[in-house]
Amino acid sequence: MPFEAWEEQRAQDIIAAHAGESGATLPILHALQEAFGCVPEAAVPMIADALNLSRAELHGVVTFYHDFRRAPPGRHVLKLCRAEACQSMGADGLGAHACARLGIGWGETTFDGRVTLDPVYCLGLCATAPSAMIDGRPVGRLNQSRLDALIEAAQ
Amino acid sequence: MTTRLFIPKDSAAVAVGADDVARAFAARGIDAIRTGSRGLYWLEPMIEVETPEGRIAYGPVAPEDVAGLIAAGVMEGGDHALRLGKPEDIPFLKRQTRLTFARCGIVDPLSLDHYRRYGGFKGLERARTMAQAAIVEEVTQSGLRGRGGAGFPTGIKWKTVLDTPAEQKYIVCNADEGDSGTFADRMIMEGDPFVLIEGMVIAGLATGASEGFIYIRSEYPAAVETMQAAIRIAHEAGCLGDFDLKVRVGAGAYVCGEETSLLESLEGKRGQVRAKPPLPAHKGLFGRPTVINNVISLATVPVILAEGAAFFRDFGMGRSRGTMPIQLAGNIRHGGLFETAFGVTLGELVDEIGGGTATGRPVRAVQVGGPLGAYFPRDLFDTPFDYEAFTARDGLIGHGGIVVFDDTVDMLRQARFAMEFCAIESCGKCTPCRIGSTRGVEVLDRIAAGEKIDANTALIEDLCNTLKFGSLCALGGFTPYPVMSALRFFPDDFTSRQPAQAA
Repeated sequence: MPFEAWEEQRAQDIIAAHAGESGATLPILHALQEAFGCVPEAAVPMIADALNLSRAELHGVVTFYHDFRRAPPGRHVLKLCRAEACQSMGADGLGAHACARLGIGWGETTFDGRVTLDPVYCLGLCATAPSAMIDGRPVGRLNQSRLDALIEAAQ
Repeated sequence: MTTRLFIPKDSAAVAVGADDVARAFAARGIDAIRTGSRGLYWLEPMIEVETPEGRIAYGPVAPEDVAGLIAAGVMEGGDHALRLGKPEDIPFLKRQTRLTFARCGIVDPLSLDHYRRYGGFKGLERARTMAQAAIVEEVTQSGLRGRGGAGFPTGIKWKTVLDTPAEQKYIVCNADEGDSGTFADRMIMEGDPFVLIEGMVIAGLATGASEGFIYIRSEYPAAVETMQAAIRIAHEAGCLGDFDLKVRVGAGAYVCGEETSLLESLEGKRGQVRAKPPLPAHKGLFGRPTVINNVISLATVPVILAEGAAFFRDFGMGRSRGTMPIQLAGNIRHGGLFETAFGVTLGELVDEIGGGTATGRPVRAVQVGGPLGAYFPRDLFDTPFDYEAFTARDGLIGHGGIVVFDDTVDMLRQARFAMEFCAIESCGKCTPCRIGSTRGVEVLDRIAAGEKIDANTALIEDLCNTLKFGSLCALGGFTPYPVMSALRFFPDDFTSRQPAQAA
C-alpha cells in the first residue's frame, strides 16, 4: 500500500474537506491516515487550528485510539485476532508463530518494511475462527500453513 | 437470462473463499447475485441456486469444486456431494424464528426492489400513519429490550427522548460490535442494511429526531462500505424523507461500544465514559436528547411496526420478549447465527444446535456475552437464554455471543486475559478499571507461578469487588464476571499451580 509523501497543502485540503462536519476530529484523522499512512506530527497543530482545539486536546485524541499510527506501517498490514473466540481455536499459538516467523513483536514492522503485525480484538469472524485480516481482506479458518502462505505472499 | 445463482458477500464467507468461488463461476460465464450470509458458517461458502421448486443450496464450496458442480447440473439443482437441499430445510435454519434476520442471506443487500419484495418498508409505512406517542407505545408494548447487552426497554428510552423538548434531537446507532463471539450487527449491516435504515427512520419519526449517525467499528470495513452505499441508495430513492443519516467510523477502541463513550467519540473527543446522569436521552450527542440503540434493536423495530407489538411479544419468556439473534462461535462444530425466541437453554444451543466442539473434544466452558461475560461450565447448561436467568447465575447474555472452549482450555489464562483486555481497553477515567485491571494481571500471574495461592486468590476476589462496585461503566464493572466465574467453576486451574523450582 503506497502512501503519499507528506505535503502540507495536501494535509490542509484534507482537513478543510472535513472541518465543517460536526465532531470532525475522527473523520479528519482517518482521512489523513488514509493518505499518509499515519497521522503525521506536523498535521496535529494544523487540525487543532482548524477545529479551534488545543494541541494537547488533539494529542489526547490521537493517542487514545489504537488505530491511529504515528509512523506509516509496512507495505502489508497483517492483523491477527487475539480475542476469545479465536483463542478457543488456537489463536495464541498462531500469534506466537507469526511473531517468530517475522522476527517482530506485536505492533512492530519487519526491518525490511515488508509486514506490520497488529493485534486486533475481534473481526466479527468468530464462527470461522481463527481469523485475520491482511491489507483489509478478511481471512478465516486460519492455520499455520495458511498463515505461512499469507506471510509468504506479502512481499 | 436472469441471474439465478446466489453467493454470499458477507465478510466471514469471503474470509473462507466466497469471492474465489464467485470468480470461478464468472470465469465459466455464470454471474451471481451477491447476498449476505444465512449464518450457517460451517457451510460457507454456501451457494444457492433458484430452481422451479425453490432455492437449492450447496456447500461448503471451494473454487475447485465449481467445474464439477456445473457438470453435475448445479444450475438445475442437480445432484452433487455438496448438495444440501433447500436451505430452509437444513435443521439449523429450520429450528429458527427469523424476524430480524428474515431477509439476511436471501436478498441482494443493496436492492431496494428485493427489500420491498421481501416485506421491507411495511413498518415505516405504518409508522407514517401513526402519532409519535403511538409508535413509541407500540415499541414499548412489544417488550423489545436493548440488544447491545444492557437489556434496557427500548420503548422507555424512546419515550424519554420524545418527552424531552429540544430543537435538535439525534438517533445514534451503536454499531461498535466489539465483543468477541458476536457478529450479528455485522451480518445485518452487510446483508440487510435497509432494515437498519428503516428502523432508524422510524425512531426519528417517533421521537422527533431529524439526524442520525451509525457509529461502525473500523474492524468492519465491508459493513461501512455497504451501509454507506445503502444510505446513498435510500436517500436517492426518497426513502429517508427529511431524515439525515450518516456513517461514522470508530478507531479501534473497544470502550466506544459503551454508549456515553461512543457519544464522546462521535463528538470528536477521546472515547471516555461520561458519568450518568444526565442520561443520553436527556443530554446525549452534543448535549441534545439522543436515542442510542444497538444495531439489532433498531433493525428489529420494522418487524414490530409491521406485524404489531403483540406478534413480537408472543415470542420469548418472562421479561425477555421476542427473538434474539444468538451467535454460536469459537470452538463449535456448527457455528453461526441462530435467531430464536428467548427461553432455549444453553445446553440445547451448544450441544444440539451447535453440535459440540469443532475439535471433537468435550466442551469444558462457554463464555456467554462477550469478554465481559461469565464462563459457564456444563453444570449450568440448563440455564435458559433469558436476561434474568443469566443474571440470577452471575452471568449475562450481553449481545448474544456464545464462545465455546474444549477441555484443553486453561481457565486461569482466560481470567488473566479478561484483566489484560480490560487494561488494554480501559478509557482511563476511573481508577478501579484503569489501575485495577493491571493489578489483576499481576496477581493472576502470581497465582500462575504458584505463589501464595490462597492469599492471592482472596486478593483477586477483593479486587473484583472493587472493580464491580467502583467502576463507572460495564468495562470495569463486568470484567469480574469472567474472572470470578473462572475461579468459582474451575478452581482446579488456580489451585493446582506449582511454585517454580528454586534454582
